Amino acid sequence: MVNPLPNHAIQIRDVRHRYGDREALRGVSFDVTAGEVFALLGPNGSGKTTLFKLLSTLAPVQSGSLAFFGHDVAREPAVVRSLLGVVFQSPALDKKLRVEENLWCHGRLYGLKGSDLRQRINEGLERFGVADRRRDVVETLSGGLQRRVELAMCLMHQPRVLLLDEPSTGLDPGARADLWRALSEAREQGVTVVATTHLLEEAERADRIAILHQGQLAALDTPEALQASVGGDTITVRTTDPQQLANAITAALDVATLTLDGAVRVEANGATGPELATQLYGRFRDQIDELSIGKPTLEDVFIARTGQRFDN
Amino acid sequence: MDSTPTYSSPLGVIAALAWRELVRFFRQRNRVIGGLVQPVLFWLLFSEGLKANALGYEHFFPGTLVMILLFTAIFATISVIEDRNEGFLQGVLVAPTQRLAIALGKVLGGAAIALAQATLFLLLGWATGSVAIAGPIDALLVFAAMTLIAIALTGLGFTIAWRMDSTQGFHAIMSVFLLPMWLLSGAFFRHGAEGWLGGVVTINPLTYGVAALRWRLGAGETAGLPAEPLCWAVTIGFAVAMVASSWWVAQRR
Repeated sequence: MVNPLPNHAIQIRDVRHRYGDREALRGVSFDVTAGEVFALLGPNGSGKTTLFKLLSTLAPVQSGSLAFFGHDVAREPAVVRSLLGVVFQSPALDKKLRVEENLWCHGRLYGLKGSDLRQRINEGLERFGVADRRRDVVETLSGGLQRRVELAMCLMHQPRVLLLDEPSTGLDPGARADLWRALSEAREQGVTVVATTHLLEEAERADRIAILHQGQLAALDTPEALQASVGGDTITVRTTDPQQLANAITAALDVATLTLDGAVRVEANGATGPELATQLYGRFRDQIDELSIGKPTLEDVFIARTGQRFDN
Repeated sequence: MDSTPTYSSPLGVIAALAWRELVRFFRQRNRVIGGLVQPVLFWLLFSEGLKANALGYEHFFPGTLVMILLFTAIFATISVIEDRNEGFLQGVLVAPTQRLAIALGKVLGGAAIALAQATLFLLLGWATGSVAIAGPIDALLVFAAMTLIAIALTGLGFTIAWRMDSTQGFHAIMSVFLLPMWLLSGAFFRHGAEGWLGGVVTINPLTYGVAALRWRLGAGETAGLPAEPLCWAVTIGFAVAMVASSWWVAQRR
């Protein structure tokens, strides 16, 4: 036991991980509160997949510690596994088996049997609206239905934490909405939900977001607080020579600027977006091809914290 | 190894995984063809072609039986690689299960399929008079030998497949290692071949499995075979060693 703080579902302390010479995680520490929906956001190569593997007990812990409700992943893997439900990017369903056969097999792996197992299969299929497909072979189902079957399967042993790796990969918008509804339901029943994602709009649905960048934690807060932290509106100016214009803007108006992809971004700290835009347009009219004002997004948060665009 | 009661019952896990192997097998008809029809075809062709050399249906029967066990074991364990790539295996690995239970589930499931196919062929051999099993004890011993060989070969396949990421790699090993192992087990050539070939036949553990079958099947010449107790000792040792190596590799990835 690692002295669990009250309400802490997951404690991650100074986790580092290397693949040969490449350091995928460079000292990550944070906590996940029990009962929240938590998003691990990061572009490809940010280290989120490595962190997911460590959390799901699939990769050995090299340095640092991870604990679920006080149970250390390295020292008590069996206890941790019994607390976890894991949804992988590639479905853990056996496509040649029927829906109910998959659930039966999964239940047996978690030590369920007899009438308890049968009851949980029925409940899971009902809850995710796939009871009428129970006799269907999984490979005949659509991607969205397969995802629902998988969620039913991963929740049937009543895990306390549900881990999901890029859960909406390959799902159409309708199925995505379904998925997040299911995750909210799971949370209402006391399950802590942790999902990795590289989709900004998906992370916005979480209670809190951890942004990973180059193996380190770049930010951690609620989506609203993260967006508020960027300050006011963001103005993007398209021009032929962004660096020159950026320097000129900084010199003239004393505001921070950032050049990205042939555009200058200006944060409207203090002033409102339209005011600053008017000033900019007044002074640099001849150099501006296009000017847009936007509310800060998670992408702006990412850019503000890392100085880079959120690219995959 | 940690064996706190937080692990699910190993028997439940073994039974569930073995059951899954069987269900999958019987839903994929082409696997029945690969594992049974092809060896039977070889049996007919070899036996007809080499009749003139005094090597007929009886001579090739035990070897064909072992080939069925081998092919089925290969097809059953190659699915480990697919399981890993498709995600099913990850789901098993994050469940509170012991690695020995995972290995045994896969190996025993594969061995059961192999045994079922071999039994069909045995019935064919009995119906066509290619084998002459003397009595119930002989029949029992034939089944025991088939079971041990099935477990050994499935365990061998599991050991190879567990570390691999592509089925192509497994096919390569099958061509350069598993098929020669079968050819040099006394299944094809008469035992007692001279020179280095004879040496390879002697150190090949499968030789003793084929010989154990030949002793009790009443098929083919028994002169020059290794002594029966030696056949049993080696075959039991082979099966135990392959289960142990399956367990060993399963703990390492």
